[in-house]
Amino acid sequence: MKTVERQFTTISGVPIEPEYGPEDLAGIDPARDVGVPGEFPYTRGIHRDMYRGKLWTMRQFSGFATPEETNRRYHYLLAQGQTGLSVAFDLPTLMGYDADHPQSIGEVGKCGASVCSLEDMEILFRGIPLGDVTVSMTINSPASVLWAMYLAVAEQQGVDWSKLSGTLQNDILKEYIAQKEYIYPPRPSMRLVTDTIEFGARHTPLFNPISISGYHIREAGSTAVQELAFTLRDGIEYVDWALERGLNIDEFAPRLSFFFNAHSDFFEEIAKYRAARKIWAYTMRDRYGARSDRSMKLRFHAQTAGCSLTWQQPYNNVVRTSLQAMAAVLGGAQSLHTNSLDEAYALPGEHAVTIALRTQQILAYESGVANVVDPLGGSYFMEKLTVETEAAANDYIRRIDEMGGMIPAIETGFPQSEIASASYRYQQEIESGERTIVGVNRFQSDDQPIELLQIDESSGRHQEAKLAALKQRRNNQEVQNKLDALKRAAEGTENTMPFIIDAVRAYATLGEICDSLRTVFGTYQETTHL
Amino acid sequence: MSQPIRVLVAKPGLDGHDRGAKVIARALRDAGMEVIYTGLRQTPEMIVNAALQEDVQVIGLSILSGAHNAIVPRIMQLLRDKDMADVKVIVGGIVPDEDAAALKKDGVAAVFQPGASLDAIVSFIRNSVGVQSA
Repeated sequence: MKTVERQFTTISGVPIEPEYGPEDLAGIDPARDVGVPGEFPYTRGIHRDMYRGKLWTMRQFSGFATPEETNRRYHYLLAQGQTGLSVAFDLPTLMGYDADHPQSIGEVGKCGASVCSLEDMEILFRGIPLGDVTVSMTINSPASVLWAMYLAVAEQQGVDWSKLSGTLQNDILKEYIAQKEYIYPPRPSMRLVTDTIEFGARHTPLFNPISISGYHIREAGSTAVQELAFTLRDGIEYVDWALERGLNIDEFAPRLSFFFNAHSDFFEEIAKYRAARKIWAYTMRDRYGARSDRSMKLRFHAQTAGCSLTWQQPYNNVVRTSLQAMAAVLGGAQSLHTNSLDEAYALPGEHAVTIALRTQQILAYESGVANVVDPLGGSYFMEKLTVETEAAANDYIRRIDEMGGMIPAIETGFPQSEIASASYRYQQEIESGERTIVGVNRFQSDDQPIELLQIDESSGRHQEAKLAALKQRRNNQEVQNKLDALKRAAEGTENTMPFIIDAVRAYATLGEICDSLRTVFGTYQETTHL
Repeated sequence: MSQPIRVLVAKPGLDGHDRGAKVIARALRDAGMEVIYTGLRQTPEMIVNAALQEDVQVIGLSILSGAHNAIVPRIMQLLRDKDMADVKVIVGGIVPDEDAAALKKDGVAAVFQPGASLDAIVSFIRNSVGVQSA
């Protein structure tokens, strides 16, 4: 093996000194930059007592094959002590196609649960009281449709919408930037998001209508700073649209939530979470004149980095995930997903997902890390890294402001190109041996085979049969009337949510509703930025 | 001087995770090949048509969603139907060993699983296209 001069940088390429001391705190004002936990600017956390008051929510993202099979997995996870649910939908659902659409061939149930109609949502939550459990749904372009189905199931269970607690991902901007599961062009998509924020502010005071997500930006290969900056700038864009709609900042900002990656560089990640809270607090107070503390507190979910998991020596992934999860906890996450050791191969099997959940329980109940809020606060290194991360992120935010906001930035391919370059640079570092990935480019050995969850084509056939039966059974004239009403609303400026809820109650399918909106809004094709 | 190798990098299926496809496209380009990237959500028909029009020697497919068993055999069939069986097809992504074996039996030249080095992919393309034109 060739020898390469060792570079001391974070995983994102930020140079790291051999030692930090009091001189690194020069220019850092304790009150302005660090503060006290539970107080502005919340660098040290949004709660004074942090995990003593309430542990983070252990929320494993889960869904596969049919709603029937996923419902069984939810009952299992709740029985194992998981404290919240998080729904993974399959690719056709994410793209607004029913299971019987030609584009769905081979994809039904592969990357999550297939949900095509209210009937599937009823099955997904069978036996789960929606008034007692918080539910997060990873759905973006068709988010309002899936949320409408969820609200309709709550209605059937007799649960008042004002009691529902949970989170809709609903972050379309990061789809254009990173994950690419978009349907409509950016502006009509933003209108749909704003509709849900407005509807939520009026009807579901405990539900987060959006989870502004850096996770996927990081998975696409960004640096920590890019993840932070693009996510917060997306947040600013959503705020601008909601204000434009006529909402008051303190009416909706407390329910904006965030979602960050927990990657492998331990200290860099903790600094990222601390900087995120600080930037958001100042943005809400100074840029938007928010008055409520709740508007200024950045609450976030974290997920360990899927892209850090290796196919080689998969048991090492348990160790990677543990370290990443600890960074999220030391960084003050409100909820956490830990990846399973088999996820470089497939959706997780039951044994693997149990180890992932146990990892969180060991952190919470055995390690002692949850006893004290922001234990790294005051560390010369941590405080310095936090202000450096903040400054670099603010620089990106300023550049995007100068471009006229995130939509023009996306249209010119700015965040996409920045991420593509960072990911190529990272891959080259692995190729050259500058960066070590244990078991991949160093310390290789023969792999032990692991047992994998297999999802065959029977899920697709099952979902297609259910759809055919539903279309026989329901009142098709009523469905058509509701879809026509939705189209008229979409052509105008009314909030689309009530029309979507009406359509799902009549058992219009996801594909039918999204097709109605496709005819009004058109679809989006990106220009590729290599 | 010999003509550069022409490669179509394609992303079939509904999945939008294009990090791998873009990294590979850049690496092949840096290795002196002419790379055409199709962008997202290409059907087998679109991919084979693009390969024909662009007159490529290699098609690189990036599939992470688990849909490879449904998608790749259709592309192989279309290539045979259009008398393009000499185009080398390589697949990169999350493809379990037993599926990789089946795809190779169907004519796929190579399957690169997670962790494969860019060097290995570049060399494979150079060798397989070189052998064919010799």
